Amino acid sequence: MAATLPPARFPHHHLLGIESLTPPEINLLLDLADDFVEHGRRTDKKLGHLRGLTQINLFFESSTRTRTSFELAGKRLGADVVNMSVSNSAIKKGETLIDTALTLNAMRPDVLVVRHPDSGAVALLARHVNCAVINGGDGSHEHPTQALLDALTIRRRRGRIEGLLVVICGDILHSRVARSNILLMTAMGARVRLVAPKTLLPATLASYGAELCQDMEQGLDGADIVMMLRLQTERMQGSFVPSVREYFHLYGLTYEKLARAKPDALIMHPGPMNRGVEIDGRVADDIHRSAILDQVELGVAVRMACLDILTRSLRSAP
Amino acid sequence: MSERAAIIGARLLDPASGLDTTGGVLVEQGKIADCGPRLFADGPPADALVLDARGRCLTAGLVDMRVLFGEPGAEHKETFESGTLAAAAGGVTSLACLPNTQPCIDDPAMVEFIARRARQARRVKVYPYGALTKGCDGRQLAELALLREAGAVGFTDGDRAIADSLVMRRAMAYASMLGCRLIQHPEDPALARGGVMNDGAIAARLGLAGIPAEAEVIMVERDLRLAEATGALYHAAHVSTAAAVAALRQAKARGLPVSCDTAPHYFALNELEVEGYRTFAKVSPPLRSELDRQAIVEGLADGTIDAIASDHRPQDQDSKRLPFAQAEFGVVGVETLLAISLELVHRGHLTLLQLLDRLSRKPAELLGLPAGQLRPGAAADLVLFDPDQPGRIRPEDLHSLSRNTAFEGRPCQGRVLWTMVDGRIIYDAGRQRPI
Repeated sequence: MAATLPPARFPHHHLLGIESLTPPEINLLLDLADDFVEHGRRTDKKLGHLRGLTQINLFFESSTRTRTSFELAGKRLGADVVNMSVSNSAIKKGETLIDTALTLNAMRPDVLVVRHPDSGAVALLARHVNCAVINGGDGSHEHPTQALLDALTIRRRRGRIEGLLVVICGDILHSRVARSNILLMTAMGARVRLVAPKTLLPATLASYGAELCQDMEQGLDGADIVMMLRLQTERMQGSFVPSVREYFHLYGLTYEKLARAKPDALIMHPGPMNRGVEIDGRVADDIHRSAILDQVELGVAVRMACLDILTRSLRSAP
Repeated sequence: MSERAAIIGARLLDPASGLDTTGGVLVEQGKIADCGPRLFADGPPADALVLDARGRCLTAGLVDMRVLFGEPGAEHKETFESGTLAAAAGGVTSLACLPNTQPCIDDPAMVEFIARRARQARRVKVYPYGALTKGCDGRQLAELALLREAGAVGFTDGDRAIADSLVMRRAMAYASMLGCRLIQHPEDPALARGGVMNDGAIAARLGLAGIPAEAEVIMVERDLRLAEATGALYHAAHVSTAAAVAALRQAKARGLPVSCDTAPHYFALNELEVEGYRTFAKVSPPLRSELDRQAIVEGLADGTIDAIASDHRPQDQDSKRLPFAQAEFGVVGVETLLAISLELVHRGHLTLLQLLDRLSRKPAELLGLPAGQLRPGAAADLVLFDPDQPGRIRPEDLHSLSRNTAFEGRPCQGRVLWTMVDGRIIYDAGRQRPI
């Protein structure tokens, strides 16, 4: 298996999506992140990998956990971290984004972590800066570090990803987490099944090699991993789904529905979760089943690994 | 009535099996225990109540898939009590009622309310439709899954079209997931805006605003494309134009699981009825041209049009005795459904079995109702009728609270003699007072 032989180096200048990564590169990042998990549990969490380097977290969309996670990751590696939150209203599109990129680039940062509400915006920005760019989530396109932290969580809990049945449930249509995970899980040899109402499940996703299912109980049948996605309440009032109560009735993760999954199926959620919308609070809090808080912890380690690997060429590190 | 009833000497008609023979039916505990030509060869069972059909036609009760009652909100026009009596008098044993009431049936609790009110009337079986969008306003999906679980047999906004194509596409995708039929009032609201009758020479002469035939076919063609893309079980209600029939015929030939119905006034009447500003001929969609009327007959004959529904829409006098433009749309029809539809048989357009297929078996199949078949094990929902008995449609004979029939004074041939639901006779033409 090629995945057992990590490449000597990571050939990418940016981390814009899972799509451009090979399984050995994914494993390299996960192995590296694994080491950082232990560092994060020490009293002295500080490492010096990024000493002297500047990291800017540029968020065009509100975020708590991802921004904090990237900030902690940078600080634990010794970087100088600056957070820039740009309100949506202040930003138009196209040229203004490029102007922002050029302006920031002139300040000579070493890493830019960018989140943007528009798909493809992070890649656009990356073409106009010299530093490494990490996609912190772009529109409904990709959220690569989330998929990596999900993979690490699965690997640590299950010892492998290959051969597992990963069921992703919820608002697939709008989810960048879903897209990155479909790419990553299928690349690593897992079976992926997507469960959502037809209005939130683009049929064309079958071309990624994922199975599609509209019935939650059927969809959960035999699942090793159950990934729940947030149903965005701002979209609830549209005509995608009729109401929160109907959505929960059909797609909310309850113990009843979960009975169809494997007895040791792991429950994951990228957060923030809406209890009583996509997940029953009791299931979310079940320490034997839920890996939701693990995901958050491992997120910092995964982001440290990404920051480390993308800055190695700057530091002339191996 | 005793536990067992033997109906003897009937002309048994069952479109599902093609049965058309003289025979009998044994009814036990509300179900058809047995039926066929050789039944009662040794005489009916001694303990059974014997009903002699005297050679009249006995078939499964009619299934009317498009009825609007006034409950809740317009009880002065029709209640479940009056409406189900009218249905029984029309030979209808199962009906689907529209959700565009006041308030509309867009909440599971409302579905339960309809079911309860219909139960209290204790006559025909009433199956509620659920609203497709909240408030039947065409914007936000109603809780289709919850409505379905509460008992809704299909989804529709009644006499309002879903105009927004995106809403329609999502509604179709969502409803298809539930395996439930979605019934559209196929009329482009923009083209129909302000219109009160069919667009054309007569409208021009009368000085009335017209609704062009294109308003129907444009909506049908759009919907057929969306249905093809989403796999929806789409149903176009009360089809009235030749163009829409042609579009549906093509779609069916392509194998799409789409369906449609029409109402008696669209194959029995044309736009000339509006002459003299007769508001009882004001319906939605409007009565069309003679060529359209003929196309509806053809569509029924070749099966393009799956079902005949009454499109029963009661209106009180105050809603109709108005200048034509101000009068409400709609006619009552549940009671005259069979008599008018039999014209198609008498004129040789359809066989009697074909007609009964469009009136009972097919609509039951479209909505997944346990009705429309004459076979052992089925509920004893039956109608005995004389297809030839001459008569005249008189508003004063109708059991509806509203008498806005478009067929006033029309000679007809065919009469319902009695109607049975679950083995119980709920209407008997020979009796003076309602049962």
